[in-house]
Amino acid sequence: MDRLLLLGDEAIAQGALDGGMSGIYAYPGTPSTEITEYVQASKYAQDQQIHRQWSANEKTAMEAALGMSYAGKRSMVCMKHVGLNVAADPFVNSAITGVNGGMLVVSADDPSMHSSQNEQDSRFYGDFAMIPILEPSNQQEAYDMAYEGFELSEKLKVPVLIRITTRLAHSRSAVVRREQKEQNAGRIPSNLRQFVLLPVFARQNYEGLLNNQAAMEQEAAASPYNKYFEGSDRSLGIIASGIAYNYLMENFQDRQLPHPVLRLNHYPLPHQLVDRLLKECEQVVVIEEGYPFIERQLKGFQEKGTPIRGKLDGSLPRTGELNPNHVARAFGLDQDEGQPVPSIVSKRPPAMCKGCGHIDAYHALNQALGEYTEGRVFSDIGCYTLGALPPFEAINSCVDMGASITMAKGAADAGMVPAVAVIGDSTFTHSGMTGLLDCVVEKSPVTIIISDNFTTAMTGGQDSHALGRLERICEGLGVETDHIRVFKPTRKNYDQMVDIMKEELAYEGVSVVIPRRQCIQTAKNKKLTERVKELGL
Amino acid sequence: MKTDIVLAGVGGQGILSIAATIGMAALENDLYLKQAEVHGMSQRGGAVQSHMRLSDKEIFSDLIPKGSADIILSVEPMESLRYLPYLSPGGWLVTNTRAYRNISGYPDEQEVLGEIRKYKKYIALDANDIASDIGSNRSSNIVMLGAASPFFQIPFESFKEGLRKIFARKGDKVIDVNIQALEAGRAFADKNM
Repeated sequence: MDRLLLLGDEAIAQGALDGGMSGIYAYPGTPSTEITEYVQASKYAQDQQIHRQWSANEKTAMEAALGMSYAGKRSMVCMKHVGLNVAADPFVNSAITGVNGGMLVVSADDPSMHSSQNEQDSRFYGDFAMIPILEPSNQQEAYDMAYEGFELSEKLKVPVLIRITTRLAHSRSAVVRREQKEQNAGRIPSNLRQFVLLPVFARQNYEGLLNNQAAMEQEAAASPYNKYFEGSDRSLGIIASGIAYNYLMENFQDRQLPHPVLRLNHYPLPHQLVDRLLKECEQVVVIEEGYPFIERQLKGFQEKGTPIRGKLDGSLPRTGELNPNHVARAFGLDQDEGQPVPSIVSKRPPAMCKGCGHIDAYHALNQALGEYTEGRVFSDIGCYTLGALPPFEAINSCVDMGASITMAKGAADAGMVPAVAVIGDSTFTHSGMTGLLDCVVEKSPVTIIISDNFTTAMTGGQDSHALGRLERICEGLGVETDHIRVFKPTRKNYDQMVDIMKEELAYEGVSVVIPRRQCIQTAKNKKLTERVKELGL
Repeated sequence: MKTDIVLAGVGGQGILSIAATIGMAALENDLYLKQAEVHGMSQRGGAVQSHMRLSDKEIFSDLIPKGSADIILSVEPMESLRYLPYLSPGGWLVTNTRAYRNISGYPDEQEVLGEIRKYKKYIALDANDIASDIGSNRSSNIVMLGAASPFFQIPFESFKEGLRKIFARKGDKVIDVNIQALEAGRAFADKNM
């Protein structure tokens, strides 16, 4: 079969395509974006008319994927870890409804917060929803788990969560493909009440989910992804999961590894295997990427009281991404530390691009706000969040998608007037519209700046649902037409921009200010540039 | 045989095209390969790195352990120093000397070069100058790959083959100019090792 050089993300996409997926649903988010982009670029997906358009947000994506499963086909929904917060409602309830066609949920965690607001561990969500979790160690397993995941989902009749972290998502290695599977033929669920979570039915379903736990654990116990390796030195046992297993093996490639090792890449925790290690070994060290998920469970369910080492006792770092050096330290192994970084090396943080429209908008906003006291600008998730850094220092919050508008409203409710929100066009259609409706209903004195660049820029220029619809959305939600102000953010228009912003800051109601200019990173995107022209933007 | 390379630069400088060429060359030699890239926020003009690992045995970690990289290959001089903790005692520091100044606190360029020269095994060249001599400003990355090529346990011809594959869609002219760039970088390294 074909051997391809793929990112972990791409391996999941290819595995799902080969495994008979009929549709992928997602909102872009680092480090998960490349899964969907790979399917969008696939000729096979195009020929087979596999659904591959972006969704407005992770919640709509999750629900659409569940709808496709309802119709009997195999679906996948992908997101970054914090996206699972947005989709948590349908995610948890999809375990209660169960599936019809196989459904995979991929959540890509970002320990070390390379491009994120936190480093939450999606395995807790999988445990919370009581569904199986697959955690690949490498690109081949990422492919295999997506390929086989649909069948596991159909067999257990629940969605299956695939959890990866940044390092695997964005690392490339060779992947061997397997035989192409056909898509499912559509079929209505045999029980037409399966997806009706009225309390009377939901109670039955929930009972069913609980009864299903033993079968899920049995699958994990028999899984080829969980493996017990014998070892003669039982003074210590090792549990390693996902990518952390690699960091263990990296340290023992040229050394004898004398201890028993349990590799755990398929959850729920198979008690059988874990109990054996706990019974056989005097103490156990747990090596896992993310939160101490396995470690905490071990502390809970064992009878013998075997001491457990890991992130909770400081053997491994509690925060950030793991690496081979952390694991070497935990085992007391000698290692070279290399040369120190010379002191003249200065930090080089990311910054907005030269010529970016957000820059002009921020200069004007800072000027317009000059006459008020500082600290009034709530912002959001996107390139413009970099406006928090010098030389702009223009924003005072970045919490979650859409929070700029609602936090500005809350601050205005508290008497902080003017209160300003800065949000991008794609983030606005992701989670800003409902907050704007709240503002309109109460006629809150807020100034909302939707910095429109026609794209989802930070993640690499994906389509924006707002394109060509922004003013109509705002009007439809009830913003007064006179207080929707659109202009092109350029140096030439600086004075005009400042004047408009000042006027709207002074208005005691809802204003929407739209600085509008195409993202310069998308200049080469002919399709977008033409569309923008067509729309007369 | 194993070669661990830290590729370094600034987001937007295109270190991933170097990585792609090495990847092609490695596949041609039937080597195991892992290559960790940086996507997302840092690509907006921040410091970026890629860990590239080649071996004739299975590779476990996607990340190179500290003190064990065989090559730091940097397209920017200050960035080459940022990853010194990864370089093994016998490893080579190969860097472009053309500074990329997109921050206010960029150090004195002579001091940066001084730090690079403190290291015994280094190759430092102005790849932009060499690329522009060839008449292809955009090929400075491939000049840098050429300059690092002696330190890979991969035949030089495989890199050329890699370029042919990577640029196949762009036509013979682009392929030729990039092969020239590769050879120019190699020639510099051969003279200055």
